[in-house]
Amino acid sequence: MKKLITIQSRAIPLPAENIDTDQIIPARFLKSIDRKGFGNNLFRDWRFNVHTGEPNPEFVLNKPEFTGEILVAGNNFGCGSSREHAAWALTDYGFKVIVSSYFADIFKGNALNNGLLPVKVSEDFLKVILEGITNDPQLEIRVDVEQQSVTFNGKTENFELDSYKKICLLNGYDDIDFLISRKKAIQEFELKTQKIYE
Amino acid sequence: MNNNRKTLFDKVWDAHVVETVPDGPQIIYIDKHLIHEVTSPQAFAELEARNLKVFRPEQIVATADHNVPTQHQELPIRDELSRNQVEQLTENCVKNGIELFGLGHPYQGIVHIIAPELGITQPGMSIVCGDSHTSTHGAFGAIAFGIGTSQVAQVFASQCLLLNKPKSMRITVNGTLNKDVQPKDVILYIISKVGTDGGTGFFCEYAGDVFENMSMEGRMTVCNMSIEMGARGGMIAPDAVTFDYVKGRAFAPEGEDWEEKVAYWKTLKTDEGAVFDAEFTFDASEIQPMVTYGTNPGMGISVHESIPAPRNESEAKALQYMGLQAGQSMSDIRVNYVFIGSCTNARIEDFRSVAEYIKGKSRSGHVHALIVPGSQQVVKQMYEEGLDAVFREAGFEIRQPGCSACLAMNDDKIPEGEYCVSTSNRNFEGRQGQGARTILASPLTAAKVAVEGKISILQHLN
Repeated sequence: MKKLITIQSRAIPLPAENIDTDQIIPARFLKSIDRKGFGNNLFRDWRFNVHTGEPNPEFVLNKPEFTGEILVAGNNFGCGSSREHAAWALTDYGFKVIVSSYFADIFKGNALNNGLLPVKVSEDFLKVILEGITNDPQLEIRVDVEQQSVTFNGKTENFELDSYKKICLLNGYDDIDFLISRKKAIQEFELKTQKIYE
Repeated sequence: MNNNRKTLFDKVWDAHVVETVPDGPQIIYIDKHLIHEVTSPQAFAELEARNLKVFRPEQIVATADHNVPTQHQELPIRDELSRNQVEQLTENCVKNGIELFGLGHPYQGIVHIIAPELGITQPGMSIVCGDSHTSTHGAFGAIAFGIGTSQVAQVFASQCLLLNKPKSMRITVNGTLNKDVQPKDVILYIISKVGTDGGTGFFCEYAGDVFENMSMEGRMTVCNMSIEMGARGGMIAPDAVTFDYVKGRAFAPEGEDWEEKVAYWKTLKTDEGAVFDAEFTFDASEIQPMVTYGTNPGMGISVHESIPAPRNESEAKALQYMGLQAGQSMSDIRVNYVFIGSCTNARIEDFRSVAEYIKGKSRSGHVHALIVPGSQQVVKQMYEEGLDAVFREAGFEIRQPGCSACLAMNDDKIPEGEYCVSTSNRNFEGRQGQGARTILASPLTAAKVAVEGKISILQHLN
C-alpha cells in the first residue's frame, strides 16, 4: 500500500446522497480477475450515455473545469454491496481522498485497505465545501493525515481516524502484514478454543 | 450497573477475540469463510504475490453463484469473462485444497442459501464472505458480515480480521402480524423507519415475539437485509426453531458433539438488563405488505399508501428515475416483470408461499415471471413437492440456481424503463439492468403482481 501523509488538491463535487456501490461500479463490470482498469467504468451509468456510450456532458467528471484527487460527495457515500471494486475504481481513476458527511461501513474499510482516505466532515462543512468548489473549481482542499485535519477556504475541521489505521496510512502498512506477525497468538487461540480443523 | 450483562452480540464477539491491539482494533477469529467467484480471485492473487499459503483451507467453503448463467448450466459458460472467473475459482480451490460446490454439484447455489441448508452455518459462529448479504447467517445467532477482497485475503492468510467492535442496536417487534404480511414486509417496514444509514456502525439484534414465531427462512430474510439500513449485520438469538433446523443437516454436529453444542447455543441470548447503544420498537399490527417506490430500500411504503412527496433532491432524483410522481398510487404502474429469487427470498418456504397463492391461477398475459431457486437443494425440494408443476401451469419460467436478476451480472437483466417487482434486496439505479426500475416486495406480493399485472391495493385490503 502507498503512503498517504498530506494531500492538497482541487476537488470534484458530487452532491448526490446515498451514492451506492452499484453507481460507483455497476455489477456488469465486476468480471475481471485482477484489480486494474476499474477506473474506466467509475460511475459508468452516470458518466456515459447508456445507449451511445458517449460521455454525458452534464456529469461532473466530464466537465473540464473540475479536476483533482479529492471527491466531495453527499451523505452516506458507498452504501450497498461489499465489492472492493468500488474502492479500486476510485483509486484507479486517481482519487486519493473522499470527503462526505457519512460513509457506509464496508466501503470505509475497503477504502482504507487501499490507501483511499474517507474524510468525514460535518454536514455544514460539507455544504460549504460543495458550494465553494462548485462556484470556484480552482479552490483547493488540504488534508493532513498526521493532524487529522481538512482545510478549505481558510476553514479547518478535524476528522476521526482510527489510530491503528493512521499508522498504516502514514507508513504504507496493511492488515495482512500485521496479522501474519501475530500468527503465534492466533494458533494459541485456536488451541485454547479447540478450533483446530486440521 | 449492568456491567456484567452481555448482549447476544457481546457473547459471540467476545468468544472470538484473539487479542486487542493497544489503542486499536481487535483481532477476531473467523470460524467459517464462504467464498464465490467474483470477490475472491484478487485475494488469491494477493496471497500468491506475497508468497503466502491459505492458513486454514478446511474452514473455507466455495460456490459459484454471482456470475453464473441460470440456463444450460450443464454447458460451458458462453460469456468469456464469466467463464474465466468461474474457472479461476475452480483452479484456486483445487490448488489450495478448498471445498468447492461449483456448477453441476448437488450442493451448488447462492452462498447465503447453501451454507444454512447444509448445516455449515451454526449458532455462535463467526462467518464472513466477500458479499454484504452475509448478514443472512445472523439468523442462527452467528456473527456474520460482508467483507471486502483485501479482507478476504486477510482471512486466507490468518483466519482472522482486524476489526473495531461495532455498537449494538436492538430492534424489537412485538404483536401479531397481519394477514399476508411476510418476513420481507417486516424488514422493508423496519428499513423504511430506520433509514438506509440508520444502522451504520451498529450490529443489530432482532427481538420480540414476531421473530420468535418466525421460521428460520423468515429470520434469514430479515437478517439478510440488515445491511440495507447500513448495519454490518443482524442476529437473532438461537432457540428450538434454530436447533431443529440445523439438526441432521449434512455438516451439522452429531451425537455427543451435538449435545455439547446445543448446551452452549442455549446460552447465546441477551442477558436481561443488558444495555444497547440504540433501541427501536415497532408494533407488528402497524405492518402491511410493503413495496419500494424509489432507488434505495429505505424508500418503502405499504401497498395502501400513495407515493409520498420527496423530502430532498436525492429522493426527487429517485422518483424521476422510477418514472413516478408524488401522490400517485402504486397500482397505476404496469408491471411487466416479476423476479422471485435472490439470497433474500429463494428458499423453499418462499416458493411454497408463491405456489400456494398461484395454484389454479395464471400469470397476467404481459408479465414475464421468473422463478430462480436459491440452490440445487431447493430445486430438488421444489420438484419433490410438485411446486414446479404449479409454476409451469401458471406460466412462470423456472431457471437454475444463481444470483441472477438480483444484480444482473449474468444475462438475466430487466430492460431499460421496465418495472420489475422483485423479491431481491436492492432497488438501486441500474441494479437489475441499465435503466431498469426495481420495486422490492415479498414473495407473496410478487406472486399477486404476476397474476394481476399490477400492484393491487384492493386485493390487500380484503
